[in-house]
Amino acid sequence: MAKIIPRPQLSLLEQLYFVEVFKGMALTIKHAVRSLAKPETIPVLNYPEVQPELPAEHRSEHRLMKRADGTSRCVACYMCQTACPARCITIVAEESPDGDIEKRPATFDIDWLLCVFCGLCVEACPCDAIRMDTGKAILVEDSRDAFIANKDRLMDWSPADYPAEDIISQEAPGGLLNEQALAAMQGGMFSAGDVADVADKETC
Amino acid sequence: MSDETTAPASIPEELSQQFTNEGGFLATKLDTVINWGRSNSLWPFPFGTACCAIEFMGTVSSVFDLSRFGAELVRFSPRQADLLLVAGTITYKQAPILKQIYDQMCEPKWVVAIGACASSGGFYDCYCTVPGIDHIIPVDVYVAGCPPRPEAILESLVQIQNKIGDEKVSTTHVEASS
Repeated sequence: MAKIIPRPQLSLLEQLYFVEVFKGMALTIKHAVRSLAKPETIPVLNYPEVQPELPAEHRSEHRLMKRADGTSRCVACYMCQTACPARCITIVAEESPDGDIEKRPATFDIDWLLCVFCGLCVEACPCDAIRMDTGKAILVEDSRDAFIANKDRLMDWSPADYPAEDIISQEAPGGLLNEQALAAMQGGMFSAGDVADVADKETC
Repeated sequence: MSDETTAPASIPEELSQQFTNEGGFLATKLDTVINWGRSNSLWPFPFGTACCAIEFMGTVSSVFDLSRFGAELVRFSPRQADLLLVAGTITYKQAPILKQIYDQMCEPKWVVAIGACASSGGFYDCYCTVPGIDHIIPVDVYVAGCPPRPEAILESLVQIQNKIGDEKVSTTHVEASS
């Protein structure tokens, strides 16, 4: 159903146009005087000196989460690469020396120049291995090669840069610690034995 | 033949250095002054074809304020501009227009590819989209993002200014890119 918006009824004074022009000018002059008298009220973000405050949910550069031993949580399942609409993720898998985990990435490259920062890779990851919460949203380079991030660059982050009180931002919990995954398994098609089996060990 | 081209032995080495572009006092000071002028009065030509151009509007407006960098005078004539901001998807049908506009701009000129589409084609991996405008024209600075934040566009302008500061007046862009 269409919404009917009544047209504003102009008074005679407004229809004359002359008074309204000076009202507009007065508003402009008011802002000009205020900017001169109180420069701190100018709503300019002085960018190179003042960095923007981005919300925590802002999708920025990726990072690869690490296990307790420092290796990548990625199991090279290609879910993110498949989900990526821009095809900016390139994974080459290799056999993992860990007995419980089949694969690990030999290379994990993200071309940030192709990336559209949609977050579908983060949604797709079953291991919570890739995240986009680094807060680095300003990517400017003078060559295309500089935008390609390899595995080392994606894993080169410090826990000190993330809030200490938010443990989830420091590490991606697997096994028993990952309550969300366990709850999903318990409510789903898995038997209690499966859940207990998974809960014992890190499968990601 | 070779004796005629080399400088006579009577001119000292340090004196002959001053007449070359490399170490000459006058030439470097002139470079500094001209580069200072060029970098702080860029006249952008926004070649906006898609949503990144909307982000460029935000960059020009009061919160981010492109005029703090002396580049607020957006010209819609390539003859009057020296900074080409390519913001948006460039299709193969649009490519000759972009090339013509780049050719119409006077030297010296700089190019910024804003956003994923202009820089690399983005997710348009198809028959009609140019996979990055560097297939057509030389690009100085790439900005990633879909679209990039206004701060990223400001950052690209800062990088262009730094790049101008390193340039020599005697070298043209045609020589540099060829």
